[in-house]
Amino acid sequence: MAKFKGTGIAAVNYPTGMNLGGDPSQALIHSTTTGTFVISLSSTDLGQGLKTVIAQIAAEVLGVSFENVMIDTADTDTGPHCMGTFASRATHRVGNAVIQAAEEARKIMLEIASDELEVSPEDLETDGEGNIRVKGSPDRSINIVDLALAAHFKYGKTIAGRGMYMKPKSDVDPETGKMDPDSTEAHACTVAEVEVDTETGEVVVLSLKSAYEIGRQVNPALVEGQIRGGSVMGMAHALYETTHPYYPAVDHMPGGFSEYPLPGPMELPEIESVVLEYPSVNGPYGVKGLGEMTANSPIPAIANAIKDAIGVRITEIPITPEKILKALEEKDIPEA
Amino acid sequence: MSTETLNVVGKSKLRRDGLGHVTGKTIYVNDINFPDMLTLKMVRSPVPHANLKGIDFSEAEKVTGFVRALTYEDVPKNIYTILTLIGVGPDEEMVLAEDKVRYIGEPIAAIVAETEESAMEAVSRVRLDLEELPAVFDVEDALKPDAPILKDWGTNYFVYEGHHCRRVRFGDVEKGFQQAQFIIEDCYQTTPIEHAPSETTGCIAKPEADGRITVYTNTQALFFTLDNTAIILQVPFQKLHLVGGTVGGGFGGKVDVIVEPIATLAAMKTNRPVKYVFSRQEEMQASSSRGAWRMYFKDGVMKDGRIIARQITTYADSGAYNRHTPYAVTKHAANIAGPYRIPNVWIDAHCVYTNRQPGSAMRGFGVTPASFALEMQMDKIADQVGLDPWAIRFINAYQNGDMKPHRKIVEDATLIEVMQAAAEMVGHDLPEEYKSMSSWARKED
Repeated sequence: MAKFKGTGIAAVNYPTGMNLGGDPSQALIHSTTTGTFVISLSSTDLGQGLKTVIAQIAAEVLGVSFENVMIDTADTDTGPHCMGTFASRATHRVGNAVIQAAEEARKIMLEIASDELEVSPEDLETDGEGNIRVKGSPDRSINIVDLALAAHFKYGKTIAGRGMYMKPKSDVDPETGKMDPDSTEAHACTVAEVEVDTETGEVVVLSLKSAYEIGRQVNPALVEGQIRGGSVMGMAHALYETTHPYYPAVDHMPGGFSEYPLPGPMELPEIESVVLEYPSVNGPYGVKGLGEMTANSPIPAIANAIKDAIGVRITEIPITPEKILKALEEKDIPEA
Repeated sequence: MSTETLNVVGKSKLRRDGLGHVTGKTIYVNDINFPDMLTLKMVRSPVPHANLKGIDFSEAEKVTGFVRALTYEDVPKNIYTILTLIGVGPDEEMVLAEDKVRYIGEPIAAIVAETEESAMEAVSRVRLDLEELPAVFDVEDALKPDAPILKDWGTNYFVYEGHHCRRVRFGDVEKGFQQAQFIIEDCYQTTPIEHAPSETTGCIAKPEADGRITVYTNTQALFFTLDNTAIILQVPFQKLHLVGGTVGGGFGGKVDVIVEPIATLAAMKTNRPVKYVFSRQEEMQASSSRGAWRMYFKDGVMKDGRIIARQITTYADSGAYNRHTPYAVTKHAANIAGPYRIPNVWIDAHCVYTNRQPGSAMRGFGVTPASFALEMQMDKIADQVGLDPWAIRFINAYQNGDMKPHRKIVEDATLIEVMQAAAEMVGHDLPEEYKSMSSWARKED
């Protein structure tokens, strides 16, 4: 009995969105009298950072600072419809809607600036910090605060926009399964390194090293957060978690975290990643959905690494110490 | 790779609500309290399958703080299916059980009381008259002729436009198997897991002076919840006002519409705010899980590693009710052949009912089990054909312009590129033929 190391790989794709019933989201945007842009949504932030990345996308289009964009979500009286936060869809769908809304608002903003600066809108540019200036003459500019005040109190105009993105419904052909269920595909490849103790059956994941391709990173720190969280969730799915330890039986169901093992700081493997960006054809700035996929590639990579370590392919997850010891016992029995 | 110059997109801006989350300042649903607020707790089935012959509230009513009980007779449209809004039917799940229960934890009656303690005490005193029935837990057992039938339509599977499963048919697998030099088969199984959010599912329904109800909720999909709640309660949509947007972890578990209809009904019946938040035990044992999947693979493979036929039969364990599983099975069917170019594919993906807590949406929705199974199968193929695990994947990798088995042209493939990058990361020196591959340049046929 000893400890054996193994390496396994897995390469996966993951679709962005799921539109078999049509998959829309909307955004509304308006400027306050003092040039703060408020984006009204009904989308939820599950902790992944939607409120942050949507503000970044809007700031990019408007040409104002990130701090100048507020997100007001989620209230069904004030926020326009959003299908929901799931299916790795939110940044893609809501991002596209916000781009459309922000482009409309930007157009009005530039028209007012053109009146104030007495140049045509085509000759104007934004500096990303709240100033609209004449191309080539940076001293001829107007700040967004002054511009918004002028819009409201001098011209009687709203600086506002509305946006909607919808992937239309795709019916499935019942005979062939022909369908167009998603918008784009993200990809991941994970290399897992494990150590298996053949005396106790315990598996230690030494490292998860992955490459991801997600179109475009809106916020690399949040991408990294998704990667780390998803990697550990995948590892737990591969090795620890089950609500039915003797599936399909319904006994021994855990009722709390003391009976439901989840990895803690002691179990965290070395996690390394690289992120490639090949902009998608239809995402905002080329975004593809990332969230769900990060949990997927570690699972088969770990299962394959266990096979590499001990020579037995265990085809049911979670691969618990109990299953490993049973598999090793069966392997040692010579075939009749 | 992109070369566009961007100002804010692509920058690591600090997550706006992050500090609130880690310092305990973020307000979650369970942090909200109103004067006069009641607590709702659920009476649940202790058995997996039974006839419900009676409910006795007489002892529960004696508990100090007991306000009222709700049964199916109080729910205007008690039978629903959550995907009705996108045309998935028929209605088949009870908000509160009527004559039968079909899983341990199924809601039977709601108790509304002045405090959480009194609600729990009253729940414990409700007496149920249950006549246990044979139960079925295994997906393949559930499809056998002698299995107890769970559905009024007479089968234990969801019907897809007249078929007993979601089908994908592409090319001719039998012809492929005849040409193949290896036939490689296996079966892969996942078991249910819990979403394990930090914040359990919950809501507060508060009657307002103008006759509307404000629902504070941690749903992942506000309008989906609003629409389903209004339909179940048979109230005009504009009567409801949902407020949410900050969720302490969802992972798909908060796409079900489970707490809002009954809490809103209780608020309407009592004209007081009602809080209904799952305990951790309810979150684990009664709320939906990631369903289990069983996946059979049969692959026809050539000596050079090309997979020329793939036949897959899979069974999703939906538990006792649909929730989102019929939809997950379709997404699964579109993805389980994998990011590979395989000319002949045959898939039968079943949505099967058992006497288990419902499976539903969870991160990876039908694709996580598919990726697990098919990426283990790819390694098995590599072993049997005598190739290394990298080679088998490069040989079969899909490229832009290929057609997937569900007849969608691939346009954003980068499988080859992520494999090249991962190999480089770990210092695995790929042969030149794989290093020079691209998702945009067609392979030689």
